[in-house]
Amino acid sequence: MYAAVTLLGVSISIFVILRILPGDPLVAILGVEGHARMTPADRVRIMADLGLSDPLPVQYARWLGDIAAGRLGKSFFRGDTVAEQILHRGPISAEIGVLALIVSWVVGLPVGILSAFKPNSMPDGLARALSVLFIAVPGFWLGMLIVLGLLFWFGYKAPIVIVHLWQNPWQNLQIVVGPAIVLGLAQGAYIARMSRSCLLEVIGEDFVRTARAKGLREWLVVMRHALPNALLPVITISGVLLGFVLGGSVAVEQAFGVPGLGRALVTAVIERDIIVVQNLVLLYAVIFVAVNVLVDLSYAWLDPRIRFG
Amino acid sequence: MEARAVDPAVAGVADATPSRSILGELGRFSRRNTLAAISGAVGLFIIAVALAAPALAPYDPLKADFRRMNKPPDALHVLGTDQVGRDTLSRVIYGARTSLFVAFSAVILGTTVGSLWGVACGYLRGRFDLVSQRIMEILQSFPDLILAMAISMAIGTGLQAVIFAIAITRIPFGGRVIRSVALSVREMPYVEAGRASGGSALRIMAFHVLPQCVAPYLVLATTHLGVAIVIEAALGFLGVGVPPPTPTWGNMLADSITALVPPWWLAFFPGLAITITVLAFNLLGDGIRDTLDPRLSPAFLRMMAGGRRS
Repeated sequence: MYAAVTLLGVSISIFVILRILPGDPLVAILGVEGHARMTPADRVRIMADLGLSDPLPVQYARWLGDIAAGRLGKSFFRGDTVAEQILHRGPISAEIGVLALIVSWVVGLPVGILSAFKPNSMPDGLARALSVLFIAVPGFWLGMLIVLGLLFWFGYKAPIVIVHLWQNPWQNLQIVVGPAIVLGLAQGAYIARMSRSCLLEVIGEDFVRTARAKGLREWLVVMRHALPNALLPVITISGVLLGFVLGGSVAVEQAFGVPGLGRALVTAVIERDIIVVQNLVLLYAVIFVAVNVLVDLSYAWLDPRIRFG
Repeated sequence: MEARAVDPAVAGVADATPSRSILGELGRFSRRNTLAAISGAVGLFIIAVALAAPALAPYDPLKADFRRMNKPPDALHVLGTDQVGRDTLSRVIYGARTSLFVAFSAVILGTTVGSLWGVACGYLRGRFDLVSQRIMEILQSFPDLILAMAISMAIGTGLQAVIFAIAITRIPFGGRVIRSVALSVREMPYVEAGRASGGSALRIMAFHVLPQCVAPYLVLATTHLGVAIVIEAALGFLGVGVPPPTPTWGNMLADSITALVPPWWLAFFPGLAITITVLAFNLLGDGIRDTLDPRLSPAFLRMMAGGRRS
């Protein structure tokens, strides 16, 4: 498995980016002015407190050890640990991600099929124009407009405190549904585009002609013969698209005021809370890599040529 | 125009018909690809606006006017004013300057580094290629925006930091696509001839392989412009991009939501500017791709994405 090696590389590069590039981590945490205000003794004490005065390889090894032991460290500015943040805010973001994925398939695939069914027709043109548009619209702006629209016309504002699914499903839905739709539509546009082009490619093949020749109705030809063969690349692109969802969710959560994990990451970046940033960025990368491994596995499972090849 | 190596399979140059002038070429392009031509015109218009910002902007984008705060669009301020009375239109115009400067610099920097790296990978192969591929894989394991956030935080927020951060996220894309081009070019007889006549690896890469990568490079750069603009805007929106008071589309949007009831014109126009710009560059990129390099079609990119085994 390359994935494990990749993740090790990912952790090293996070470490390099956050520890070696800025020079003095204290300057990164406190800013230049804050750093200048402190006495040298203070600096040494805080550095030792944070475990930042050890040699870098030692720090790195300790970080990996901590992660293996489940200790994710705690915020420099707040009392809560990173693990608490993840447990508290993670479910919201995970819900948004999963819902966005569902929305993207539920919207994207039928549109793609419809487009490929009658290429260059009016509905196809409309579908393509919309997908080009939704790829270009930044999700966080769309999110802002939705929030504003709801506020202006209905005086409605989604709850801004964390309500988990198991606490109050209705309120929880109000929090996650907006970001999920915005993220899902952008992805759905890619999926519609991809499934259209894959279907059109497959429809040109011999076995589709055979299916037509034996008198199958057109929608049966598409659904039964063409679609299964066109789906594989769409699944792959869905894995790649997850990168957009993970990254995009950070901005979209901000736009909707959703207190998810992305919000925590942004706050940590602005406060220069190195430990939190380090672990959250790693978490996002781990999820991204894991999903792509899953996509690869499902690919092998769906495609007999890979399974038996 | 100078003669180019005519091997459609490699150069991906669909039409090898010699042309008289650049204008004629442009005319043919716009006849075949009207949408892309219009997008190109829109793109040029936005670039022109950005360049001519001082002449076009009706007000100073940084000058606060406390007598006219939070005014909706009217005759004096066509797109309204913000919380401290700065003119929205002027800020959108100057924002184009920052956004486009960041996007262009980042894409040119990132794609160029990535492409040169990709040429070296594809031509040299072996252990260098293996290690490079792993590094690019690692870079691609981060969601773009998150990697850009981490990098710009590490090297300090500011114009250069943002450019650098976005550029790094563009490197693997250039690297992967150009590598595959270089891999196929290195097997061509004329490259072999170059090797046989004693050309050094560096010389062959620079004079024989590199010219074949120009078309895919242009396509890549154009398509990634849109992405770069969105990342820049998102960074600004999250408050980790180019710091205020410099107007950027992203931090204008960020400013607008600090109010309890955000004025719609502050939320609407900067986002509209982003959308139109991204749309124009995306469509232009698609058009250039279709004309210059069929190998960068969705089918090909899909293959590249699918080529990522665990």
